[in-house]
Amino acid sequence: MIGGRGGDRKADEVRRMLEGPHPPVPAGLADRAARRGARLLRLRRGVRRTAWWLAGTVFAAFLVWAGVEQPWLPEPAEVTPPLEGW
Amino acid sequence: MRERQTHRDRLRAQEFEAFVAGAGGRLLHTATLLTAEPTAPAGANVRAERLLGAALARTYAEWDRLRGEDPYDRTRQELAVRFAREAWRHRHPLGGVLGRLAPLERLVLVLRLYEEVGEDQTAALLGLPADRIRAVCDRSIAAMRSPGPRHPAAGSALASGVTP
Repeated sequence: MIGGRGGDRKADEVRRMLEGPHPPVPAGLADRAARRGARLLRLRRGVRRTAWWLAGTVFAAFLVWAGVEQPWLPEPAEVTPPLEGW
Repeated sequence: MRERQTHRDRLRAQEFEAFVAGAGGRLLHTATLLTAEPTAPAGANVRAERLLGAALARTYAEWDRLRGEDPYDRTRQELAVRFAREAWRHRHPLGGVLGRLAPLERLVLVLRLYEEVGEDQTAALLGLPADRIRAVCDRSIAAMRSPGPRHPAAGSALASGVTP
C-alpha cells in the first residue's frame, strides 16, 4: 500500500519504531476531562436555551405587533373622497 | 426531567470513565508520538497530556450524540485536528522517537502507520490531497530510516499548509 513491496517492508520497520510501551496515564486524566467536557456541555446547553428563548421572544413580539397593526387590512384612503350632492 | 438528566449524566460519566480506562494508554502514546516527547519518566509528556485532555473533554461533551460512532475514532480525530491547528508550537523536538520529523510529517506518519487510518481518510481529516499524504508519508519513512540525526527537510518545509 505504501510504495509497493519494498515500501511495505520499510513501513513495517518504521511501524516497529512507533510501537513500544504505553506511557502511564495520569490518575486524574479521565476525571479532569469529564469535568471539562461537562462544562462544555453546560455551556452549549445554555447557548441553545438562550437561542430558543430569544427566538420565542421575537415570535411573540411579532404576534403582538401583527395583532395591533393588522397589516393585512387595506390602508385607509389618504385622499378624502370628493364631496357631492349637497 | 431533571431526574432523567442526572441519570443520563451519571451514565455518561461511567461509560466515559470505562472508555478512558481502556483506551487512555494508547491514546496517550499516540499523543506523545505527535508532540515528540519522551514516554518516560512519567510527567515527561505534559504537552501530550494536555492535548489528550482537551480532545477527551470534547469527546465527553459529544458522548450522547456519537450514535454508534467509535469514541476512540472520535478522540483520535479531535487529537489530530487539534495538533494540526497548533503544529507551530510543536516545531522543536523534545526527545521523542519522531523528534527528527516536522509536525505534519509526524502527524501523517502516526495516523497512517501507528493508527492505520486509510490514506483517503487521512487526507480528508487534514484537508490535503491524498497524493500529498502519500508523498509526506514516504518521505517521513525515508527520514526515519536514514542514519542522520536530523532530516534536512524537517523543521521548515512542513510547519505550514495544514487546514483542518
